[in-house]
Amino acid sequence: MIEQWNDTPGGFHPASAPDYLPLPQLRDLQLRRLRAIAARAYEHVELYGKRMRESGVTPDDIQSLDDIVRLPFTQKTDLRDTYPFGLFASPMPEIVRLHASSGTTGKPIVVAYTREDLQVWSSVMVRTFAACGLHRGDIIQNAYGYGLFTGGLGAHYGAEALGATVIPISGGNTDRQIMVMKDFGVTAICCTPSYFIHLIDRGEELGIDFRELPLRAGIFGAEPWTEGMRQYIEKQAGIKAYDIYGLSEIIGPGVASETETQDGLVIFEDHFYPEIVDPDTGKPVPDGQEGELVLTTLSKWAMPVIRYRTHDITAFITTPSGCGRTLRRVHRVTHRSDDMFIIRGVNVFPSQIEVALLSVEGTLPHYQIVLTREKGLDQIEVRVEVTPEIFKDTISALEGLQARISHSIERTLGLRAKVRLVEPNTIQRSEGKARRVLDQRNL
Amino acid sequence: MKIQQLSLFLENKPRALRVPTRILAEAGISILTMSLADTEQFGILRLIVPDAQRAKGILEKAGAVVNVTEVVAVEVPDRAGGLDGVLAVIEKESLNVEYVYSFTARKGDRAVLVFRFDDPDKALRLLAAHGVAVVTELDGFLTPGT
Repeated sequence: MIEQWNDTPGGFHPASAPDYLPLPQLRDLQLRRLRAIAARAYEHVELYGKRMRESGVTPDDIQSLDDIVRLPFTQKTDLRDTYPFGLFASPMPEIVRLHASSGTTGKPIVVAYTREDLQVWSSVMVRTFAACGLHRGDIIQNAYGYGLFTGGLGAHYGAEALGATVIPISGGNTDRQIMVMKDFGVTAICCTPSYFIHLIDRGEELGIDFRELPLRAGIFGAEPWTEGMRQYIEKQAGIKAYDIYGLSEIIGPGVASETETQDGLVIFEDHFYPEIVDPDTGKPVPDGQEGELVLTTLSKWAMPVIRYRTHDITAFITTPSGCGRTLRRVHRVTHRSDDMFIIRGVNVFPSQIEVALLSVEGTLPHYQIVLTREKGLDQIEVRVEVTPEIFKDTISALEGLQARISHSIERTLGLRAKVRLVEPNTIQRSEGKARRVLDQRNL
Repeated sequence: MKIQQLSLFLENKPRALRVPTRILAEAGISILTMSLADTEQFGILRLIVPDAQRAKGILEKAGAVVNVTEVVAVEVPDRAGGLDGVLAVIEKESLNVEYVYSFTARKGDRAVLVFRFDDPDKALRLLAAHGVAVVTELDGFLTPGT
């Protein structure tokens, strides 16, 4: 079965073989890889070596997969504090690619790949696309942003490795996206689900009904979305909408994906070992119970990441998948254990907005971030309470202030935010602390 | 003489204006004149009251953001060409006007306009040099009993 090529719909790509490994074989593979990666991290990355010694554990103590809990966690701050290259296990000449994601203090988090790491990345993206029913002959419009963000290139190389035709259109320019989709006979699109809804809406305005196009699948990720959005998209566009999951710290897109049965996301756990822990205690929760997803890269050579706290809340699905894959599955991620939010594919912490506000007038007024979804597109509005320090008597001065705040936020986040000046004491405070993020997107 | 004007930040929403007016009403403070500059999102309410500092304290205590700005109240002959004559002086001396609005009450046969100059001291000096009268005290605008 696994030898079948993928020229025909429903066929298997050889790269998908590990999706169907018998469990004893899968667990054995994972243990061997875990021991190797723990040893690599211990020996080649100062931070991991130090942490393991402090916890009194060595890679030799990993005798079974359950022993993974003896290894210390890695936090996002660890990646930030070692900026730029502190967690690399490979010397620079072996590293062939760098990516970076947004950070909390203006400094991004940098991630690295060896040539073999890129092959692994391509292979998990091939498995992602194959799981979503794509194959050679598909024309894939890749509207994830190309650049430092992992989404664009991750999907690109995966789609090429699959044998599909890739259109590297990147994000933005909605009308051109629609023109290309129609004129090139696109059969699948990769982008954020909210952007796709925006495309549908714009298509309607242009008199283009997506249901009449060859488009049949959407590979949607990089932001949380809901079953309701899926139903809307599938109905309005006449396609199958698949949820994919990934994060730059681990590899980028390709960590987990829905399959043709759309009953949860399979984690490509031969490369990314999943645990679900209680966010407060860090202790594993029973299978099926909600908790924080913790991931360990089992094969990433340039930059191993051990027990990474994703802050994404999900649960293992305990019933067998309808698609026959043996990989563990999780529910779609819709919320987090910290105050980070994701907007238009960009990770944002409220503290970044604080930095932007502080840099404008040197004072930090009370503020609130309001997230809304207008015409399918996420909007961010920052409400700023006017204080005597920032209040000026002329409209032009206040509009100038709004513009400066807006520019400062755009510089910090790379996102355009609407700034609204509000009267003092109008932002709701709970227990003396303002509620920083008001998410009205109904995720 | 410069006159102290209060500027308040207001959001552009129903009943926003009523908040400061009610506070002043409860404190028994009469508004001599006012203007409202607005945008889609917010507005600036500018007020002339008899005792600006006291009113400021009361408004701030109630949670408002209040600035005190110095303005010049210019007496303008209430006849054709009256305002034009004053503006001719302002233009001749290159005085920069940020905004202007008028008093509702007149002073004798004259209208009174509130000017916000970017440099009020220079404006006062030059207006005086051209014989343009400015209001020096606000008592005349108070109706008896307030």
